[in-house]
Amino acid sequence: MTTETRTAPDPLAEAIAAADGWPEVAPTPRPAPADEGAVKTKDFLIIAYSGELEKVWATMILASTSAAMGVKTRVFVTFWGLQVFVKDSKRITGENAMQKMMSGMQRPGVSHRKLSKMNFLGMGPWMMRRLAKQYGVASPKELLEAAQALGVEFIPCQMTMDMFGLKPEDMIDGMGEPAGAATVIGLLTDNSTPLFI
Amino acid sequence: MPVVEITRSIDARGLSCPMPIVKTAQGIKDIPSGGALELLATDAGSIKDVAAWCHATGNELVEQTSDGAVYRFVIRRK
Repeated sequence: MTTETRTAPDPLAEAIAAADGWPEVAPTPRPAPADEGAVKTKDFLIIAYSGELEKVWATMILASTSAAMGVKTRVFVTFWGLQVFVKDSKRITGENAMQKMMSGMQRPGVSHRKLSKMNFLGMGPWMMRRLAKQYGVASPKELLEAAQALGVEFIPCQMTMDMFGLKPEDMIDGMGEPAGAATVIGLLTDNSTPLFI
Repeated sequence: MPVVEITRSIDARGLSCPMPIVKTAQGIKDIPSGGALELLATDAGSIKDVAAWCHATGNELVEQTSDGAVYRFVIRRK
């Protein structure tokens, strides 16, 4: 009878014993240092999803400022955000009864935005507009015009346009070519800093 | 202090963020390289914002003064 129980060689323990310190790892090649002053400015992409006054305001402020700072700026407008870019003069949009009803339930256009809170049947936005005027804050419409003048590209979402029955002539002048999610992802994976509003 | 000859002046008094910057960006397009743009603003945020704009766009902020109510910036176009 023997008490010897550990006779089988342990390959892992042998390998650890044989190893001389940590294995050598080839250093990861570092990217060549960029030339001074040749740093590529990242583009800026806002995904404008919302239609509420305060969020539209944020989108317009950031888009116009970004373009003013010399950054290539794009705004992908989708879902409720798309309603902002329908002409103010349009009241009912859409091709079929349900689309027309949907547009009737929320007035499109940049000048007809509601607040997400304190709307009070339009009292909130009215007060907000008065305060903005008093304090010299540009309206979303003025900021939109400034952004367009500074070269901001507003890209409408084709899928949302189809779903709401919106036609190119319903939209404000100067909109970019309608596009889809792949365009957004393409821009993001390329060189754009994103913001989802 | 040497007096900088102003090529163009922009009056953004009474306007809030971001309009002083937006007007600066629009206004500087019309002046030649080396020309000086004067900006008058009352928005207190413009002290930092004008500096940030100059840094981002490479234009030079050559003068910055205030009489307590109005801020005056002179920017030389690169």
